[in-house]
Amino acid sequence: MRDKTDYIIIEFSKAVFFFGVVVLSFIALGFYSFLTLEHEGHWLTGMNNQVVWGLPHVFAIFLIIAASGILNIASISSVFNIKIYKPLGRLSALLAICLLTGGLMVLVLDLGRPDRLIVAMTTFNFKSIFAWNIFLYSGFMAVIALYLWMMFEARYNKFVGKVGTFAFIWRITLTTGTGSIFAFLVAKEAYGALAAPLFIALSLLMGTAIFYSILYWMDKGLDVPLGSEIIARFRRLLIYFIFTVFYITILSHLTSLYVTKNHDFEFFLLFSDNIYTLLFWVCQIGIGTILPLFILYNKKLSISPLGILLASLLVIFGGFTMLYIIIISGQAYPLDLFPGYTENSSFYDGAIASYTPSIYEIMLGLGGVGISAAIYIFAIMILDFTPKNLDDEHTLYSNNKEKIKTE
Amino acid sequence: MKKYEIKLDRRDFLKSSTMLGVSTIAPGVFFQQLAHGRDLDEPASSKIRWGMLINTNQCTDECDACVTACNEEHGIEDFGRPTTDTQWIRKLTLTSETTEESINVPMMCQHCENPPCVDVCPTGASFIRADGIVLVNKHTCIGCRYCMMSCPYKARSFVHENLENQLPHAPRGKGCVESCNLCVHKIDNGENNTACAEACQKDGHQAILFGDLNDVESDISKQLKKYESKEVRSDLGLNTAVRYRGI
Repeated sequence: MRDKTDYIIIEFSKAVFFFGVVVLSFIALGFYSFLTLEHEGHWLTGMNNQVVWGLPHVFAIFLIIAASGILNIASISSVFNIKIYKPLGRLSALLAICLLTGGLMVLVLDLGRPDRLIVAMTTFNFKSIFAWNIFLYSGFMAVIALYLWMMFEARYNKFVGKVGTFAFIWRITLTTGTGSIFAFLVAKEAYGALAAPLFIALSLLMGTAIFYSILYWMDKGLDVPLGSEIIARFRRLLIYFIFTVFYITILSHLTSLYVTKNHDFEFFLLFSDNIYTLLFWVCQIGIGTILPLFILYNKKLSISPLGILLASLLVIFGGFTMLYIIIISGQAYPLDLFPGYTENSSFYDGAIASYTPSIYEIMLGLGGVGISAAIYIFAIMILDFTPKNLDDEHTLYSNNKEKIKTE
Repeated sequence: MKKYEIKLDRRDFLKSSTMLGVSTIAPGVFFQQLAHGRDLDEPASSKIRWGMLINTNQCTDECDACVTACNEEHGIEDFGRPTTDTQWIRKLTLTSETTEESINVPMMCQHCENPPCVDVCPTGASFIRADGIVLVNKHTCIGCRYCMMSCPYKARSFVHENLENQLPHAPRGKGCVESCNLCVHKIDNGENNTACAEACQKDGHQAILFGDLNDVESDISKQLKKYESKEVRSDLGLNTAVRYRGI
């Protein structure tokens, strides 16, 4: 069915200017960090021979899974045929490309040899999930490009459903691939196969929260009115996904606690006197899960656009923290090479590694966010990605002869 | 003054030049053949599996000869930043939680038959040679550090610093991952021993024995047959080429 939504090309304005200034400064910081690390070496970061993946990986994985999740909004309309989301389809696909590019940029620039990207793109070991991910990521870009073409070209609108379904399957596979990076670490107690479904759930949550934050900004900065129906839908999506992530988190810790050899790690993460315990209970569970749920169920806040924005931002903070905990704590906790012995060495065997992200890592991560945002702002200024109006009148009627039933 | 006339026809000239040539080149070729275990064009053989047997009973507290020798052999510098400095071999002190007895364990890449680092490497830079040595191809390592995440022995180091004056036989560089290579240059030169094992033998401890695990006549095979030895994390089923006695 043809898309009858009105779309607009965003013109230069005060909001765009400020957005651009922030974005360009992020990119400048990221570029400076990359050049410095490339010149001096990774000793300037907080990473070491035990915590080998640090904050840049948290940023990269966050952006990559958010890219997959943000496409969910397009999927809901074209795969599950819920028409109210149709006006958001183009934007959803665009944001997926933006976030994926930003994430991959951070990932590549944090390599020891980023100059060898061409090696990574041409020499493959197919037993490695990393090698598969290179295909999954680049293929995702191609699939979304096709998806966008079908959405933009009125003649091809009829294929949106089929291409959308293909993109849906692709992104589930992509997030499984990203989660599986942590499924194949034979000696580390912290990781297991549950990482894949957890990452899928987290991707849906992050994608929804980021999308809503952008819709809010569009309403305030770009004069694209946001109706209560869309807000109510995003509220419900946030609630579903918060519970899904929470459920898999509980499941992974409980199953891990059942296995005796994992007790020490679980105790270290959940009940010790360290930064990860604090981050888990206060930031991930308190600020990132319970507080947003409180807002989303609060009588007044749950119907306020600002309330949902606040919940979305808290959820993003919680999700980012969650990835930080998963990625860093699993490495900081030492390997147990000799069960029954206390280990000690000049290489910090048996010791909990300390990791404090350096300013260069923060700058590199922000650079990735900047790249994502820059592509977004550039794209909406040259092509009609942005729906003209998202108020109830337009979203409920534009693609339907009759009004969609509201719950 | 008597005049000597040299009569040299073409045949004599060719004969003597050939003899001169052969006598000049032959010793070089011969000795070079002796010095090389195998020709550099010849691939490593899967008939051999290099490995080590480490007797922790003979590894003493004060000695770090193996570590020093490894660092010297491969030009591994200390930048005074212990969390990021490279270590190919390290000495672990293990204290039993029940008896409080301590033992010393030199630890390095265990040269697994089924190495997780090789499985996860996206470019195939981590690879296992036919003779069982696990190596990193420094031309294709992109520095992603996934191998370090996957190694059950914490055997790998990432080069965090700019390096200078690297040794020709030990190519190392900033941004790549590296680990013990069982002194592959010495093996390829036919020396068939590692710097750490040599240093340990020289210091009279004889704690590290290097050899061919596939050769039943080798010292290492005989000792493995005679004494009980263990793999570290044998539960992972990686079939390591480094075995330990006394743990």
